[in-house]
Amino acid sequence: MNVEPILGLFRQELTVLNLGLSAFAENLRANGAEAVQLAWKPPAGGGRAMLEALDRIGDQVEGANRRAAGIILAGRPMLVGLGAALDAVPGMTPATVLHPGPPIAWARMGGPLRAAVVAGLLREGLARTGEEAAALASGGVRFAPCHDHQAVAPAAGVITAGTPVWIVADAASGRRAFCPLAPDAGSPAGLARVLDRALRTRGPVDLKALLAQALSMGDDGRDRNRAAASLFIRALAPALAGLDEPGELRAGVLAWLDAGDGFFLRLSMAACKCILDPARGVAGSTVVVAMACNGTEFGIRVAGLGDRWFTGPAPAEDPGDAAVAETAGLGSFCLATSQDALQCTARMRQITAAEDPCWTLFGPDPRGAPTGIDLRKVVETGILPAIGAGAAGPVKPPLSSFREALAAFAENGL
Amino acid sequence: MKQTLVRQDSYFDSVFLMLLGRELRSLPGVAEASAVMATGANLDLLRALGWPGEDLAGAGPDDLVVAVDGADAAALERALEAAQRLLARKRAPAGAPASLAAAAAATPGANLAVISLPAGHAVREARKALEMGLHVLLFTDKVPLADEIALKALSREKGLLMMGPDCGTAIINGKPLCFANAVSRGPVGVVGASGTGIQEVTCLVDRFRSGISQAIGTGARDLKSAGVGGSTTLMAIEALAQDDDTNVIVVVSKPPARDLAARVVEALEAAGKPAVVHFVGLEPEPPRPGSVVCYAGNLEEAAAMAVALAEGRPYQPRVFSLPPAEIEAILERETRGLLPAQRFLRGYYTGGTLADEAWMLLHRRIGAVRALNQADPACVLADPRVSVGHTVVDLGDDRFTASRPHPMIDPGTRTERILAELDDPGIAVALVDVVLGYGSHQDPAGALAPALAALKKAARRRGGHLPVLASITGTPRDFQNLAGQQAALEAAGCVVLPSNHQAAMLAALLLERLERGGGAP
Repeated sequence: MNVEPILGLFRQELTVLNLGLSAFAENLRANGAEAVQLAWKPPAGGGRAMLEALDRIGDQVEGANRRAAGIILAGRPMLVGLGAALDAVPGMTPATVLHPGPPIAWARMGGPLRAAVVAGLLREGLARTGEEAAALASGGVRFAPCHDHQAVAPAAGVITAGTPVWIVADAASGRRAFCPLAPDAGSPAGLARVLDRALRTRGPVDLKALLAQALSMGDDGRDRNRAAASLFIRALAPALAGLDEPGELRAGVLAWLDAGDGFFLRLSMAACKCILDPARGVAGSTVVVAMACNGTEFGIRVAGLGDRWFTGPAPAEDPGDAAVAETAGLGSFCLATSQDALQCTARMRQITAAEDPCWTLFGPDPRGAPTGIDLRKVVETGILPAIGAGAAGPVKPPLSSFREALAAFAENGL
Repeated sequence: MKQTLVRQDSYFDSVFLMLLGRELRSLPGVAEASAVMATGANLDLLRALGWPGEDLAGAGPDDLVVAVDGADAAALERALEAAQRLLARKRAPAGAPASLAAAAAATPGANLAVISLPAGHAVREARKALEMGLHVLLFTDKVPLADEIALKALSREKGLLMMGPDCGTAIINGKPLCFANAVSRGPVGVVGASGTGIQEVTCLVDRFRSGISQAIGTGARDLKSAGVGGSTTLMAIEALAQDDDTNVIVVVSKPPARDLAARVVEALEAAGKPAVVHFVGLEPEPPRPGSVVCYAGNLEEAAAMAVALAEGRPYQPRVFSLPPAEIEAILERETRGLLPAQRFLRGYYTGGTLADEAWMLLHRRIGAVRALNQADPACVLADPRVSVGHTVVDLGDDRFTASRPHPMIDPGTRTERILAELDDPGIAVALVDVVLGYGSHQDPAGALAPALAALKKAARRRGGHLPVLASITGTPRDFQNLAGQQAALEAAGCVVLPSNHQAAMLAALLLERLERGGGAP
């Protein structure tokens, strides 16, 4: 009879995980033992089908999840330049509109996404009026998720043929990811061209390293980009200053970069997309590789479940792929600037497969950003990925999308 | 006026909710109040009791419902406010881990999971804990036998301790688990299938100036079910055999299933350390020549034998701690003034094993003692709520704890029972236990004493006298204050004995004396 582990227990300090009556933990602590009270709830909301799915999947996926997390952690996204979507984005055509979130037809699009589509068609010259654009959109253009074209777009940003996109490439594999540059009314003509020239003169910017530095300065890589934007300007300025472009234009580009930190979100998103895409298709893994919203539905994709989206009602009307940041461990997953934020990160550690040793947190929690959201853990704990931290607080993705994905995984993913 | 409060996504354990309900019911103007998880059955019940169905629509098993029936709007508001306040205080810290996996990842060195969840979930979590390499104490009862067998098979495979299901007490590395007392550390290792049995033995070992190395609970079925086969008991014996800090091994259990008693003794022989066995209610076997195993006749004797063995001195049997003359004086005093109608024993217990120890002893001595778990069908208490003739009732029995906390937590179950039976002229002697320690009520004697005083007063009103005998399971370091507990019982007129066995024995002598006509005025 093997009782070695019991003798080991007798020699160790008693350290208890307590599920249920909290007085038991309190009594142990009063006696100088370490006791952790779990915030236990019936797993998977108490539903029998989900519990059975969880038990069927069990720990078989650990190895595949480690592989998926390893791929994510190994990503080295380098910013290499800019280009027009038609030239840069694979599968792009003049009549294609790439939109954020899971697939959606014009008829089901909400107001903000429709407005973005109409603006895109007008910009491309495919329509002359809003009515024309709407008519075209209901049959004459091809809609596809950005996510299916190695791209991501924040807010109600759509990608059309002429959209200038940031180009990020993985240092090892060369695999690319894209996100729109989004010039605005104040941007100088030639912004994309000058930025591209400066980047190609300077050479690739290591976004993983730049973000690591920015996180250590209090950024979160999603909603707080003051440090990252500053570091980026610093990285680019010498090359930009040396270009044989009119001084006014060079100054204009720098001024545009300086005018708002928001541009960096798009670099961060492209970097995250570049990091996550190689984990798509890791067989047998329950790691979530995409979370995105088209304004009508919120959808997720799981490494071991191919290209299938699992969707639920959109938590907000605003479409956007920005949750790619959280999917890779940024945003509210790694914000460490307040007690609430730290608690949020602690919750996210409970639903992830790994910690990113490169992206370490600012402040009292020196551990790495939690990354590789594990579908099983989300369903089991009911803890949802915290997405964004705007004025209204984090957006709550629909649990139903995770539950559906888990059911499908138990059926087909093993 | 009936109103409900639904809190979505709020899980609370049943003991907390029962206590919350009681707290709310005690508020002025509140006629009825309950706090339950919104399972289908609970919602049906609330609707049947007249709470408006529309308020409950949409509530699910993850949601909490507080239902209050108040005299007026102000009373309702006060009650719901109080509920919110108590719930807020109870809420787990925001960063608390929600799953075992997360908790283990965040707690390096975690080595034991203590699980007191509803049975369906408890088994799943216990299995996960074992798979993660954690030892487990499963407090939950009513776990299907097949699950217990499977969990224990897994624990054997992993070499891990699986205490329970239905394990209410353990002391590991000097730390009290669930319902346990503050006892000294020392050379006596205890393996026990019963909660209050372990408590009584460990407290008495402490009283006899020795201490406990480890006290390992096994769960009530470990030795009772041939299917479980004493799995935890045998592993615990083996571990204590190899543990350098354990010099004496004590095994306490209700009578085991066939053959298992022999396996326990074989395991103790193989362990080779001095050992004491006590099967509650069984007469001790005579010691076998050359054997390391001694048989004790009661819980106190098990403790006394163990301490004697640990100290390498011969065990001196004795029943009472007090000298015979003082026992005689107590008997003389307490049997004086009883009326002829006063003929029956009433035991009101909170500790299951203590109740067993008492009724089995008294049944042997005076015969026909009714109890809930009597082996003799003629002596099974027909209506658990009503004492008849000689009765010892365990108020911690399942039949009393379905809808309210165990009487060790909520003394109301017992005091209400005593008060309901005040007017029975047949009561000749009342016998009670008071169990101190972690998990128990903060002042069990204080809660019990007024009911006992009322019982005595009712007997006086009838022109008689009622002896009340009590024992306290506890140590001077228990937070309830042992001396204060004893003083409270004595102030109510009770005779407090140093052990449950002595209290039961004194009750037997007292009843025997009455039988002989010694109770004349």
